[in-house]
Amino acid sequence: MSDLTKLSAFELSQQLQAGSVSAEEVTNAHLDRIEELDKKVQSFLHIDKTGALKQAKEVDSKRKEKQKLSKLAGVPLALKDVLTQKDVPTTCGSKILEGWLPPYDSTVVKNLKNAGIVILGKTNMDEFAMGSSTENSAYFSTKNPWDLTKIPGGSSGGSSAAVSAFFAPLSIGTDTGGSIRQPAAVTGIVGAKPTYGGVSRYGLVAFASSLDQAGPFARTVLDCAMLHEVMAGHDPKDSTSINQRVPDVVAAAQMQDVKGMKIGYIKELNGKGWQPGVINRFNESIELLKSMGAEVKEISLPHSIYALATYYLIAPSEASSNLARFDGMRYGLRVDDGNSSAEEVMNKTREKGFGKEVKRRIMIGTYALSSGYYDAYYAQAQKVRALIAQDLTDAFKEVDVLISPTSPTTAWGLGERVNDPMAMYLADLATLPPSLAGIPAMSVPIGLADEDKLPVGLQIIAPFMQDDRMYRVGGAVEASLKSKWNGLLIDQIPTLGGAS
Amino acid sequence: MSSYSDAINKYDPVLGLETHVELSTKSKMFCGCATDFGAEPNTQTCPTCLGLPGSLPVANKIGIESTIRIGLALNCTIATYSRFARKNYFYPDMPKDFQTSQYDEPLCSNGYLDVLVDTEEGSKNFRVEIERVHLEEDTGKLTHAGGATGRIHGANYSLVDYNRAGIALVEIVTKPVPDTGEYAPLVAKAYVTELRDLLRGLGVSDVRMEEGSLRCDVNLSLTPKGSKTWGTRTETKNVNSLRSVERAIKSEIERQAIELNNGNTIKQETRHFQEDTGTTRSGRSKEVAEEYRYFPEPDLVPIAPDSKWIEELRSQLPEQPSIGRARLAKEWGFTDLEMRDVATLGAVDLIAETISFGASPSAARKWWAGELARKASEDGVDLTVLKISAKDIARIDVLVTEGKLTDKLARQVIEAILIGEGNPDEVIAKRNLAVVSDDSALLPAIKEAIEANPEAAAKIKEGKVQVVGVIVGAVMKKTGGSADAAKVRELVLKTLGS
Ligand SMILES: [Zn+2]
Repeated sequence: MSDLTKLSAFELSQQLQAGSVSAEEVTNAHLDRIEELDKKVQSFLHIDKTGALKQAKEVDSKRKEKQKLSKLAGVPLALKDVLTQKDVPTTCGSKILEGWLPPYDSTVVKNLKNAGIVILGKTNMDEFAMGSSTENSAYFSTKNPWDLTKIPGGSSGGSSAAVSAFFAPLSIGTDTGGSIRQPAAVTGIVGAKPTYGGVSRYGLVAFASSLDQAGPFARTVLDCAMLHEVMAGHDPKDSTSINQRVPDVVAAAQMQDVKGMKIGYIKELNGKGWQPGVINRFNESIELLKSMGAEVKEISLPHSIYALATYYLIAPSEASSNLARFDGMRYGLRVDDGNSSAEEVMNKTREKGFGKEVKRRIMIGTYALSSGYYDAYYAQAQKVRALIAQDLTDAFKEVDVLISPTSPTTAWGLGERVNDPMAMYLADLATLPPSLAGIPAMSVPIGLADEDKLPVGLQIIAPFMQDDRMYRVGGAVEASLKSKWNGLLIDQIPTLGGAS
Repeated sequence: MSSYSDAINKYDPVLGLETHVELSTKSKMFCGCATDFGAEPNTQTCPTCLGLPGSLPVANKIGIESTIRIGLALNCTIATYSRFARKNYFYPDMPKDFQTSQYDEPLCSNGYLDVLVDTEEGSKNFRVEIERVHLEEDTGKLTHAGGATGRIHGANYSLVDYNRAGIALVEIVTKPVPDTGEYAPLVAKAYVTELRDLLRGLGVSDVRMEEGSLRCDVNLSLTPKGSKTWGTRTETKNVNSLRSVERAIKSEIERQAIELNNGNTIKQETRHFQEDTGTTRSGRSKEVAEEYRYFPEPDLVPIAPDSKWIEELRSQLPEQPSIGRARLAKEWGFTDLEMRDVATLGAVDLIAETISFGASPSAARKWWAGELARKASEDGVDLTVLKISAKDIARIDVLVTEGKLTDKLARQVIEAILIGEGNPDEVIAKRNLAVVSDDSALLPAIKEAIEANPEAAAKIKEGKVQVVGVIVGAVMKKTGGSADAAKVRELVLKTLGS
């Protein structure tokens, strides 16, 4: 492995600023590694070598001209294929958008470009972000770099795999019900879902509008915070974007101190049906936090047990409407024998262009919104959603942050759950309550499960627009474990091969 | 007995009107695109109004403000909390395959509009109650090519222009209006006319029916006299002029009455008004309830107008059209009837403007409600569409008063302006239309006319001055009406030494 691909974004940024390495060299080092090893992992749907090198050279020439550059200028990143990037393919892991070149940049991409971050390519994902394993991609399954027979999590599995495979120090995912946190947990890296409205959704192809939120992946809490800072901020193009100062997540990530903080572990997200190795690591984290001077106690979120049912009504309902526009009329796939009516073309295009899980959710959502069922399903789910959010609001009157295991299990085998959607949905059990409440949450690695030697994640949940609190706890946990392990958890990953 | 009075004798009509108003906001409702009418197809579009993946809407504040002002002018209650909702259905003119609209949380509700209608017992007030006023976005415009009818059926292909997609549209829905009897068509027409003047007064829309910025759907059912249950209603679309509102209702009353008389039931359906025949034809059946799967639009934050803002908007409302008209009628010296005619023609603003440019009120009314109203009706358009301005008419009036144009010449000038030959002075110069009053120009024509009418000339010489009209007429004809008639008369008499 080239030394450059081993470095964190923070370390790369130091070297780039010192001039000891160029953005072009850094980019080439990562592109070389991708070229050599991504055939094993299959994390990228599209590699934009030309675009990335062009961006890198621009950063280098600006640096030469002594222009003011952002801290992350010249650092490479992998982008989930659900965010539009002008003139670069954006498929959302679906055949229905194959060949579509967006004519505009999403606000996230605009922010990345302004910061001089080099976008290496677009990463694989579950079709339209629906899934927890990336096996619902219409193109191929991505493998977990810890064990190539395991799933990398989902829906942002391409982004989690790319960072854990050292193809990029940073990547971007989106999280609707856990699609950043769960992949981060099962690949042993850090992933954060910001407060809903903290990062603009403009250019994020919608799955469930009231839940979707883009966020960062990285191998360290500090890197994650640095990328978070670049992505976040008010955007007049997104009506749900919050017009407030972004919390200082970078400073919080560097505090490494939780003394006096009140931390609650969630009673309902534990116990029966949870993998023992996951629970063991989680219990150790509680002890660790106590030893660092935090006050830890149990907190009950009584309505959280309804989160799964609530989520699987609200998200598919919104999806059924959001995905209506893929009708073969204007862009993407069009199945037309030249002899069909507009309605037939729409039907045939959607029949061919959407995968099984997407169709399942469109049907659930269409049903839940139908007159006669609306009150029993969609409206009822909204009421429960409010109760779940209220539980969390109440909890934050007692504690500063909440914690739980990120996911009930470690990475499972490829193909193991593809025919059992309920088992797949259970992977989101712990990540759903904060999603429904629109509050920030992140996952940090806390060790390997005893049974399978696969990574376990700790979920840290913070109140609305207090994203900095979770970074403070995450940074402290990471620092403490790092000294214990003499390195990051990701440093224990088996080698993928190549020149390391 | 006509089929209409027969129908009215047996049945009571119940009316309902749904009016769509395109707001004249500079940009679209949920994006920054321009809204100019008649631009090249698909040039006023962006990712949002094209519904591209990833795009998001942001509500236009002026659109919300305009809707609230309309609600206030219609005596509505303004919601303190209101949301947009998605109306889901597939159609190629809708880029997102859902329309951003409002459902159970409209911005304005429960208002009314009073309209005056001439009845046998004199002018009578009818109160039309407003159910709701809500804000939504317009769809794109489909053009069906290759078919004989211009409709989707039989077309070879269809083209979509998304310039209109996303333009702010306000829907004003009345409650059912009973008890209008034989005046139902007139009440409906008066309502749309009054609404149009009110919207124009508010300055929120161009309200041009022929351009589609004001569109009207008419609901109608018949109740057998004495019965308490209302009949099944039909919804007639494509009612695109004030005249059509009246005709569509009249014809639908007649049609439904015949169906009921024959023992048939009325089908709940959408019908289309046909200008050429003045009747409605059957469209989509509505027997199966439409399934729009409405739900609150998660991409837009709720609207919560505070009372201070609403009161501020209320205090800035212009005077009501009826009050304004009464004031102007007095000022201009028009009778009530004259004023109502002018209002029905939609000419109040044009007349006011013409007067402001120096014309007399009576002349302004004479031109707009006479010559120009006839032209507009010939072309089947609103007066405002005619390619002539209030300034042009005022100038023509000044020239007539100064004796530089005769009435006949003025009409020719108007004619020329309407076909784009320029302003009055340019047209007069180009066509040489000024009144001829100098002797040298007139004398040859007079000489010729006398020679052509020796008998008349002889009589005048004998002192029978009343015959002079024959010669003057001949001169006027000869000069194409451009001569000053009084001057001609004077010269003829002088020449004949009478
Ligand atoms: Zn637009």
